[in-house]
Amino acid sequence: MSTLEIKDLHVTVDTEDGAKEILKGVDLVIKDGETHAIMGPNGSGKSTLAYSIAGHPKYTVTQGSITLDGVDVLAMTVDERARAGLFLAMQYPVEVPGVSVSNFLRTAKTAIDGEAPKLRTWVKDVNAAMERVKMDTAFATRNVNEGFSGGEKKRHEIVQLELLNPKVAVLDETDSGLDIDALKIVSEGVNRFREQGDRGVLLITHYTRILRYIKPDFVHVFVAGQIAEQGGPELAEQLEAEGYDKYVTAAATA
Amino acid sequence: MTVTETARESVAAALEQEKVLSHLHPEGSFLVEDHPVPTGREEIWRFTPLKRLRGLHQDADLSGLLVAAEADVPAGVVLERLGADSPLKGSSGYVPTDRISARAWAAATVGYGLTIPAEADLADPIVVTVTGTGTEVASATHAVITAGPHSRATVVVKYVGSATLADNVEIVVGDGAQLTVVSIDDWADDAVHIGHRHARVGRDATFRHIDVSFGGDVVRHDSTADYSGPGGSVEMLGLYFADEGQFIEHRLFVDHNQPKTKSHVVYKGALQGEGAHTVWIGNVLIRKVAEGIETYEENRNLVLTDGCRADSVPNLEIETGEIEGAGHASATGRFDDQQLFYLRSRGIEESEARRLVVHGFFNDLIRKIGVPEIEKQLLETVEAELEKTV
Repeated sequence: MSTLEIKDLHVTVDTEDGAKEILKGVDLVIKDGETHAIMGPNGSGKSTLAYSIAGHPKYTVTQGSITLDGVDVLAMTVDERARAGLFLAMQYPVEVPGVSVSNFLRTAKTAIDGEAPKLRTWVKDVNAAMERVKMDTAFATRNVNEGFSGGEKKRHEIVQLELLNPKVAVLDETDSGLDIDALKIVSEGVNRFREQGDRGVLLITHYTRILRYIKPDFVHVFVAGQIAEQGGPELAEQLEAEGYDKYVTAAATA
Repeated sequence: MTVTETARESVAAALEQEKVLSHLHPEGSFLVEDHPVPTGREEIWRFTPLKRLRGLHQDADLSGLLVAAEADVPAGVVLERLGADSPLKGSSGYVPTDRISARAWAAATVGYGLTIPAEADLADPIVVTVTGTGTEVASATHAVITAGPHSRATVVVKYVGSATLADNVEIVVGDGAQLTVVSIDDWADDAVHIGHRHARVGRDATFRHIDVSFGGDVVRHDSTADYSGPGGSVEMLGLYFADEGQFIEHRLFVDHNQPKTKSHVVYKGALQGEGAHTVWIGNVLIRKVAEGIETYEENRNLVLTDGCRADSVPNLEIETGEIEGAGHASATGRFDDQQLFYLRSRGIEESEARRLVVHGFFNDLIRKIGVPEIEKQLLETVEAELEKTV
């Protein structure tokens, strides 16, 4: 049982003109077994929310709280958050030259579990996770994300999701830049993770198409650093038909 | 003046077969007096802490016999003591380009010649260990490594112990030969080593130079290469790690004086601790005659702590437009925050993430060395260096 609770979250980012507030009071509760989709136009603060949960140093939380099962997430370092059970699949996964995928995965798994995985089963687990997302197992010997195509980077994120198996996964525009085949493969990976029953998912997306493959329980519309509206899956369909215009106009005139 | 003479002169001028006025390589001379005592303002000396050279650049006594070379060589390979009048001396065409090199050339009474016969194919590396036994008197040595035509070999030269050393190493790569020379400066903390290495690369030959510098107080290497025929290929890899107070300088010069030749230079360094200072000068000259050549040089520095300084200067002088490719890159930076964040977001602690990034920084280069025992040793050395700070 785990619950990620975000209360009145205000976040700023440092710019040349000083601190700029991006998130202006976000409230969100993700209980285990629930999938929440966050949708919104560019610049609405969706990615800022994802990075703030993960603890990226670029963002400063000025007000509010984030807790995982009642424990203060904001007091934790980036790696402590991951070990507590949070995972961020990034929109632009980072290349790490000279570090092989297999070394990276084993080091991460060891850090999360607090002990090295059993060698015999681990190699099998890694290969199986790669095969499930149709990634050639030869990628294990390549450097992390280096020379990977956009789709390969996203599949690699899903491999990590499955191997590290967090309590709550934040997927930041994992669907962006994917062709339809890759989108299905990535969605299947997320669905396998969800099917465990007690895992939370925060799915951040600009487009509705991934929601055809990953059915959210709740949809939140993000505009100008706040949740402008929330509802069930039907809200996504409405957004697909009408777009974000009415929310953006409302926020601009507010 | 006849028409023919005029034509010959203009052809010679057009091809610049003789002299190129280039700032990249000072004219050499064997005469010490042709090289005035540097003041530190000269282009080639401006980064070097002359005060720490123990007078090597002035007139320090070079009669020390505190450096000895040892090697086990397989049958057929000749290892000989190199006397001052050995015919091997000068066989690479090298002419000293600075005072220390000229002084070492004149003063060297000890040294070795290592000759790999034509068409020999040596599976195991030849390891030459140069051991210094004291810094009280400076020593000068001379070495000539010759790879006969169509031979294939790897030579590892390890510098250990304490010394104040000025040396010239000539490397002659015969036509069609494949020679790898790995130089490892693993000196004690008090060593001063000013080294010059010059390779002359034969027709269709492949020369790889891997220069590893970890130890010593002041280490400065001039590594240069030119070609005695078309089709030669030079790869120069460098790896250095400067600690507190340490100075490491690499000056490279590849002289593309023959057509269809290649050069590829990659040097990577890490710096940690107050006063750690590294310098990398990567010079390439493409002469008019050198049509169809390819060259690329790259230097990367990773600054691990405050108080370090990395200088990096790539220079490319192109005299012909008929080239396949020419480029260079240089970057000096701290840890990449995005890389650290990515690793840490997977639960990896900050110190472990830093270690991974530094290992990764060097790994790509180490994997290219192609001598398994050296690769393993270097990975361990990087690990040991990292334990000091990261």
